[in-house]
Amino acid sequence: MRSSGSQILVGLFMLAGFAALVMLGYKVSNFQEFARQDTYTLIANFTNIGGLKVRSPVKVGGVVVGRVSNIELDNRSLTPVVYMAIAAEYDQFSSESSAAIQTSGLLGEQFISLTPGGDEVILEDGDEIEDTQSALVLEDLIGQFLFNRPSGNN
Amino acid sequence: MNDAIARLGAGTLTFLATLGRSGHLLIRSLLLIPGWRDLARISLQIFSVGVKSLVIIVVAGFFIGMVLGLQGYTNLVRFGAEAALGPFVALSLVRELGPVVSALLFAGRAGSSLTAEIGLMKATEQLAGMELMAVDPLRRIVTPRFWAGFISMPLLAAIFTAVGIIGAYLVGVSWLGVDGGSFWSGMQDSVDFQKDILNGVVKSLVFGFVVTWIAVFRGYDTLPTSEGISRSTTQTVVHSSLAVLGLDFILTALMFGELN
Repeated sequence: MRSSGSQILVGLFMLAGFAALVMLGYKVSNFQEFARQDTYTLIANFTNIGGLKVRSPVKVGGVVVGRVSNIELDNRSLTPVVYMAIAAEYDQFSSESSAAIQTSGLLGEQFISLTPGGDEVILEDGDEIEDTQSALVLEDLIGQFLFNRPSGNN
Repeated sequence: MNDAIARLGAGTLTFLATLGRSGHLLIRSLLLIPGWRDLARISLQIFSVGVKSLVIIVVAGFFIGMVLGLQGYTNLVRFGAEAALGPFVALSLVRELGPVVSALLFAGRAGSSLTAEIGLMKATEQLAGMELMAVDPLRRIVTPRFWAGFISMPLLAAIFTAVGIIGAYLVGVSWLGVDGGSFWSGMQDSVDFQKDILNGVVKSLVFGFVVTWIAVFRGYDTLPTSEGISRSTTQTVVHSSLAVLGLDFILTALMFGELN
């Protein structure tokens, strides 16, 4: 065929385009996690979630084990309820585990830090983590600091 | 005064008629489902529309990525936040610059040549000749170019974005010394496959559609004179650039705005 040279180039062009898309998917975005295996859900009640968002990481000792999958407000207690999708391979959290909302760095993004406990009962899909610690809100701290300062020293 | 009103009315009627003709062309040429024999023609058009635009897309993407890396670094480093360079570059390229700038380049590089080519075919009465020989010029000329633009644009935008990120990596990490690990991991943390990358692809699909539509229609609808062809070519570039920028705002508002 006379146009086979250009057809090969077209094929190469389309391959390059798809390769670029694959690179965007795997290297640039969270596609790997998107395609990842099964998860199970843990629930935690906080009094204040600060800047926590859906898709914020859930970490144990700094290792990402899951993501926040949903955040809603409990209608009776009017406190935030956070749903965490934890990778199914990490299924050994005891019922004494605690969850705290922490900040990476001083102004970084917020994540949930899980601390495993010693109890023998293992948390399963849909179970709730009782021991929670809310987000540290920097503005509140500054406010407290300002108001607790001894008066009359200037 | 009467003249002004008459001119306004005439202008409106002309505009409506043009819009109607372009819609007519769009529907008639998209209703022709390409068969196996059209695939060779489509591939030939992808060659002239897509492959030949590759050089300008790659070079432009590379330099825009490098500039983003440089500007982002010099501004972020003041706050000690140069680790945010990866997300900054990736999000701006994936969401906005990739689809928009490659569509603008596509309009200038491929759209103008589409218009000139079809316009010259019309001026030299090749289209009329085809009709005389019972060859449908829409099927033969317009439809393959449509599909070619539709297929090429998202691929070009993806290549643009990928090359841009590589350019930013070279400037930011290899030259200015941002940590490579945090460059990529920050990017992976903040770029969502569905929300950002697929929306970028949707944007470039829309842009490819609009730019090709305008280019093909302007060529098909041109005045069959040399002046008419030159005016149509200019109109293609101007109108499709404006359409891309305007649509980009609407699409961004729909995808990333507070509306959803």
